[in-house]
Amino acid sequence: MTYSTGEIWTIIALLGIGTYAIRLSFLALLGGRELPAMVLRLLRYTPVALIPGLVAPLVVWPAATGGAPDPARLAAAAAALGVGYFSRNVLAAIASGALVLFLGLWLDG
Amino acid sequence: MASSTTKSAFWRGLRDGAPFVVVAAPFATLFGVVATEAGLNIVQTMGMSALVIAGAAQFTAVQLMTENAPVFLVIAAALAVNLRMAMYSAALAPHLGAAPFWQRALIAYVNFDQTYAASVLKYEQEPALTVPERVAYFFGTVIPVAPPWLVFSLLGALIGSGIPPEYALDFAMPITFLALVAPMLKSLAHIAAALTSVFFALILAGLPSGVGLLIAGLIAMSVGASVEVWLERRHAQ
Repeated sequence: MTYSTGEIWTIIALLGIGTYAIRLSFLALLGGRELPAMVLRLLRYTPVALIPGLVAPLVVWPAATGGAPDPARLAAAAAALGVGYFSRNVLAAIASGALVLFLGLWLDG
Repeated sequence: MASSTTKSAFWRGLRDGAPFVVVAAPFATLFGVVATEAGLNIVQTMGMSALVIAGAAQFTAVQLMTENAPVFLVIAAALAVNLRMAMYSAALAPHLGAAPFWQRALIAYVNFDQTYAASVLKYEQEPALTVPERVAYFFGTVIPVAPPWLVFSLLGALIGSGIPPEYALDFAMPITFLALVAPMLKSLAHIAAALTSVFFALILAGLPSGVGLLIAGLIAMSVGASVEVWLERRHAQ
């Protein structure tokens, strides 16, 4: 990370203000106006539209191996995704991913 | 004035929210570890946990900062992850709109995935709740999430710098993100959005850090929404 202290605090402050504004938005407007259906639809997909895209390059080209695909990390990602999908349990998914990763790295020597 | 019914609503909220601590505590610890490993100091890590107080967005910001993405792109991507909270705000407004402004201003600060979901469920199940009871219930659900988030972020930040690299902590972040997103894949539309996001993020990976992600995110959002419309139409026929 090569940011100046000022840049880091700018990120933290603007992210804090922006997040607060999003959270307050409709609560601040009395009466609770309805959002248009299309806007609601787009909002519903923001996390699943962004997080997978953020993770995919980290999984396929991990920085720790200099960008070379790594079987242990791919298996760990698959375990976290699979267990999270079927159990709907975030902690179980993290634990499975970590377990498979350490097992894979250990087997890999 | 805290009447006995508002007090009991607060305690019911706290009890219903109690399981949240099981996720908030380790997740916050992990954030503290990852943020300090990425190069934030303890004050900055705690500043982010206290001011932003939104797990997925904080992880997103730290990941993009690790990649030295431009400042405005870090902010844009992390705020985009939080856009869903506008939906929570809109869902809470009909139930809490009559509360005093200072109370709504405080509720906004702690309007999280968990507190919103538990409270809206309660308000729908018990429409007879008074507005002060609803507010008290909401703050009850906050107690098992917000204080642990701060305390365990600090714990993580304190232990973070002591963890040696052979523990492959580089991969704590991807695993956490996957674990967070997998349970959100509730429908074909969600899965379509996620796959679109992965596809475009990978083919646009050559663009400056954060740019490809935002483009992929916008396309994926529209794909998710379009698939939802398509499924509804097909269902209606």
